Amino acid sequence: MNVVVCLKQVPGTTQVKIDPETNTLIREGIENIINPFDTYAIEEGVRLRERFGGKVTVISMGPTQAEAALREAISLGADKGVLLSDAAFAGADTWATSCTLSMALRKLEPYDLVVCGRQTLDGDTGQVGPQLAEMLCLPFIAYVNRIEEIADGKMRVRRMVEDGYEVMESHLPAVITVVKEINTPRLPSLRGIARSKSASIPVWGVKDLNVDPDKVGMAGSFTRVVKIFSPQQDRQGEIFQGDIEKQVDCLIGRLKDNGLI
Amino acid sequence: MEYFLTEEQKTIKSLARRIAEEKILPVRAELDEKEEFPWAIIKDLADADMFRVFIPEEYEGLGGGCLELCLVVEELSRVCGGVATTYAVNALGSYTLIEYGTEEQKRKYLPDIAAGKRLTAFAISEATAGSDASAIKMTADKVEGGYLLNGTKQFITNAGEAELYTVIVLTDKTRGARGASAIFVEKDTPGFTFGKKEKKMGIRASATGELVFRNCLVPQENLIGKEGLGFIQALRLFDRSRPGIGAQAVGIAQGALEMAVDYAQQRVQFDHPIITQPVVQDMLAEMAIQTEAARALVYAAARMVDSGARKITEESAMAKVFASDVAMRVTTDALQVCGGTGYMKDYPVEKMMRDAKITQIYEGANQILRNAIAVELRKRKAKTE
Repeated sequence: MNVVVCLKQVPGTTQVKIDPETNTLIREGIENIINPFDTYAIEEGVRLRERFGGKVTVISMGPTQAEAALREAISLGADKGVLLSDAAFAGADTWATSCTLSMALRKLEPYDLVVCGRQTLDGDTGQVGPQLAEMLCLPFIAYVNRIEEIADGKMRVRRMVEDGYEVMESHLPAVITVVKEINTPRLPSLRGIARSKSASIPVWGVKDLNVDPDKVGMAGSFTRVVKIFSPQQDRQGEIFQGDIEKQVDCLIGRLKDNGLI
Repeated sequence: MEYFLTEEQKTIKSLARRIAEEKILPVRAELDEKEEFPWAIIKDLADADMFRVFIPEEYEGLGGGCLELCLVVEELSRVCGGVATTYAVNALGSYTLIEYGTEEQKRKYLPDIAAGKRLTAFAISEATAGSDASAIKMTADKVEGGYLLNGTKQFITNAGEAELYTVIVLTDKTRGARGASAIFVEKDTPGFTFGKKEKKMGIRASATGELVFRNCLVPQENLIGKEGLGFIQALRLFDRSRPGIGAQAVGIAQGALEMAVDYAQQRVQFDHPIITQPVVQDMLAEMAIQTEAARALVYAAARMVDSGARKITEESAMAKVFASDVAMRVTTDALQVCGGTGYMKDYPVEKMMRDAKITQIYEGANQILRNAIAVELRKRKAKTE
């Protein structure tokens, strides 16, 4: 059973700053972590290997420092990592990201399952998993919270829906996104850390993926971030003075003035 | 203080701290209250390769020495002395085998110990043999097919939970300590049962109990090393393991110091945090000095053990005695700084004080070890006269 886990390195802080020129995240000087939702995907990949054998490959598209996230994934039990990094990949929206990841997945064939976290901490869209499946023409199941069975080229999983869960069956290979309820990610091991330090992480760029530069990065993105801002809060409080009667009169008067009653 | 640890040692220390903070901290009060054996944490430690630290590389370990073990024990103890005991005693139960075992014995047992699949224990103490360990009475009579074990071991850490026991027994009762031997006994051997489980003041997450042997037959190949060397093997073992108790004491003291500083910073009396009171500052500074001095001595002793030096009795005793006395004093003062809050069970400092006490007692009571150090001083003096 060969599993590919897609992960993203995200800023590990809530103190995110936005570049006013490009409206993208300023990543310099911020400690980066593996997107927390992806840690469940890594753990599930490792558990599948422990159950069925095979290999877990982690891939990530990002700047060169994203290599650290792949090394961390190896310390957590993944067998190997591939970094997708190229100046042409920069500024990608989810579509262009999925396009790049899907080309890497084609290069990694054959595999049985692609596991992604349900969404990222920074972008928060949850689009890459389903887009990947679409581009690879593979079945897709979102919000998986348990892999019940894998046998005879098929899997049966549970996915969380708003008012319960659904049990679904799919042929393999397939793409799933997982929720945090699926497992408790383990801590790294000393052997894993040693392996992660010595592992060689190949870097694949536009040429390696044999992809049209116009289909990736900013050029391949259908969407542009026009503006990112925190909504302004102009709520104001007012405390009415006087006895209860007077306070009620004031309140009713104010509600009427504002046309609310 | 900079101790010039290698990258690997730093990795071991920081991973042990992560396990302590993420896995042990949330449950330590409950483990202490219920005297529960921490199986889930043992699994976490095993998954993180912590049991590999003290096993040689040839047997699927990481080949670490006394210092590496001390780093793990210190970090676990900073959060819970009980869990640290449960972990550390596996090294105690493995050392004799590592040092004196045959290739076959080592191949058979060490990989499982390294993987954390089977816990170990070491048994020498008996009702009549504590500080005077040579007074053991448990016998191993040579019979056809091996040894017939009879006797009872007392206050054994990991009793009932461990699967592999290194037991010091008399193979020749006419020769006293010179008739002692180390024999390996597996759990579930017929005639080997567990007696009373002790209720303890501290390190309550660790299991302590009796091992009872009634005509328990173990095969000849379970003898570790040669007959008659058991007592010497045990003395050598404790020389190597005592810095580990020192590390436990340092970790407990460090945890208590941090709690005291936190509390002093946030506790406001007379309109100011109490940390602004010179009398409190003086206590905290003294606690910090003592803890750091203990750490320096423990690391130095551990490095001496790892150097392969043969005469280490004095240094390893010094590290254990000093650090354990520091742990007792620092936890007592930490509780004092925390006042009424510190005295309450809802706050972790009283547990640290209870946990600290055992470090002055086990693996050689501090009085006995001071004796041993004094004996060395007299021997040296006698040589120069």
